[in-house]
Amino acid sequence: MDRHRNNYRGYLFVAPAAIYLAAFSLLPVLVAAYLSLHRWHLLKPAHPFVGLGNYAQLARDPLFLNAIRNTLIYAGATVPLGVVSALLVAILVSKPLKGVGFFRVLYYIPAVCSQVALSMIFVWIMAPEIGLINYCIGGFNHLVQGLGHAAGADLSRLVIPTGTDFLKEPGWAMAALVALGVWVGLGPRMIIFVAGLQNIPQELYEAAEIDGCGRWQKFRYVTLPQLAPTVLFVAVTTTIAAFQLFTPVYIITEGGPQRTTDVVSFHIYREAWQKWEAGMASAQSFVLFAMILLVSVIQLLLMRKGFRQEVAS
Amino acid sequence: MKSSLPLPDYGRYAGLRRRVGTLFNYFLLVLIALMTVLPFAWMFFTSLHPPTAEAPTLGTLFRPPSWHPENYTFVLFFPELKVWRFAVNSFIVTGGVVLFQLTICSLAAFAFSRLHWRGRDVVFFLFILTMMIPGQVLVVPLFLIVEKLGWINSYWGLIIPAQYLSTAFGTFLLRQFFITIPPALDEAARLDGCGELGVLWHVILPASKPALATVAAFAFIWTWTDFYWALIATHTSDMRTLEVGLSIFNVSYSGTHYPLRMAAAVIVLVPVLAVFLLLQRYFVRGVTMSGVKG
Repeated sequence: MDRHRNNYRGYLFVAPAAIYLAAFSLLPVLVAAYLSLHRWHLLKPAHPFVGLGNYAQLARDPLFLNAIRNTLIYAGATVPLGVVSALLVAILVSKPLKGVGFFRVLYYIPAVCSQVALSMIFVWIMAPEIGLINYCIGGFNHLVQGLGHAAGADLSRLVIPTGTDFLKEPGWAMAALVALGVWVGLGPRMIIFVAGLQNIPQELYEAAEIDGCGRWQKFRYVTLPQLAPTVLFVAVTTTIAAFQLFTPVYIITEGGPQRTTDVVSFHIYREAWQKWEAGMASAQSFVLFAMILLVSVIQLLLMRKGFRQEVAS
Repeated sequence: MKSSLPLPDYGRYAGLRRRVGTLFNYFLLVLIALMTVLPFAWMFFTSLHPPTAEAPTLGTLFRPPSWHPENYTFVLFFPELKVWRFAVNSFIVTGGVVLFQLTICSLAAFAFSRLHWRGRDVVFFLFILTMMIPGQVLVVPLFLIVEKLGWINSYWGLIIPAQYLSTAFGTFLLRQFFITIPPALDEAARLDGCGELGVLWHVILPASKPALATVAAFAFIWTWTDFYWALIATHTSDMRTLEVGLSIFNVSYSGTHYPLRMAAAVIVLVPVLAVFLLLQRYFVRGVTMSGVKG
């Protein structure tokens, strides 16, 4: 049969995409590597070779290390919160209730929306006077004072000061970005968990039931182990996305207050397009690349380990 | 999970307990739905407030002093920042990316699923490998390459390099679908005198509409909401896309004119929401195909 011969038409069909990826994906990586070995100011004609000088400088640059630290803080908060919340919601929308399909679609909506628009909404939620959170705190205070009045007790200790400009408070600004990340990514993470839950054989639950397992034990000994690869996948993709956080920082905090939300992607953006240091920015982007590769390698190792355990048992 | 099994009867109150449980589940569903929808509702209702008014609080949100739907026409035809122009740009760029990516992805997916050629697995592996490259590594070199090509601040510059990540993703997704189409159909078409391109066009593509819709849906959303590249690759107001235009609009009026800024945001959101609601089952398919099996 000629279908197992080397069909030259294969090269013709794959050529457009292959050339495209070579030109706009592989070539840029090589160019970035080249740039990272130079002191490459975008507006100056001279581009002296500095070897690994950029990388050596980065290792000692407190501002870049601060950006890495902020990125790790952001990911360290967003990943566990994002994974757990999505798993719980997935369990909820996997129950045989009428209309859950509608809710699944609804929860997915933020993920497809313009990040700029969503960031603008978050600026409102966090705003000092008119914002949703301060409004709710105000309502809570009213309630407390009303109750105190009715009971004749002094509850003013419980009153929370309003008017806080959360986006100007170091810890709160980061918390706002984390909340946005958890909220936006809920839908896709949930959908992956729903698919994972559907792939668990029903017989396992039936067997567990016969063994007298309750609701929690079934979750602990059937759902979680069966879902482990899905949890790993969602955790890794969430981490990789968290490492690349950019638009909300650009719109909401611009790295502030006091550089507490200056994450790596935003740092690279400023290095390249405000300081015009393309070489240094490229070196920084390779550090980010290395962080992402490290997470992927850990995923591979964990998957292999899990696979071996499965084979062994 | 649990409730999909027949529940053992624990006693006289089992039915009542189940009903309370169901009620509680719906309470949670609605609560999360509110958390999802409330910000959008705030955005929409704020956009109808008097244009120069203070931003509404939750108390005044649903009852402004007067309703102002004309905020939308005002924003669209705003003299300094032509939002209608941003919208036209967004449609041209997004349409271009969808057509371009569907074309090259389906050709490549055909080569990976239907044709046998030396080096196929290596090339496929390289395709998948490109998905690992973060956008931040690519942006500076892409800018230099696009500058060399003379594409800065042009539709070419926005359409061709912008979707560097979705080509491998799209090819992968289409290939996964193509291999499920029975090869017997190809043979029938070949006997009728079709070449390889004919097989792709007359057999594979018509049978792959759901997969094509999935790729198109993702290409649309990713391009429409792309911010970083569209920000870097354009520098004049009449080449900006909606997403970048919105951020400029937002900065120009920071702290004031909440209703106008929200009207602009709604204009950006409506097309993506429409596409999402029309094609939502294809999104689910794409996410689960790349997630659980990939």
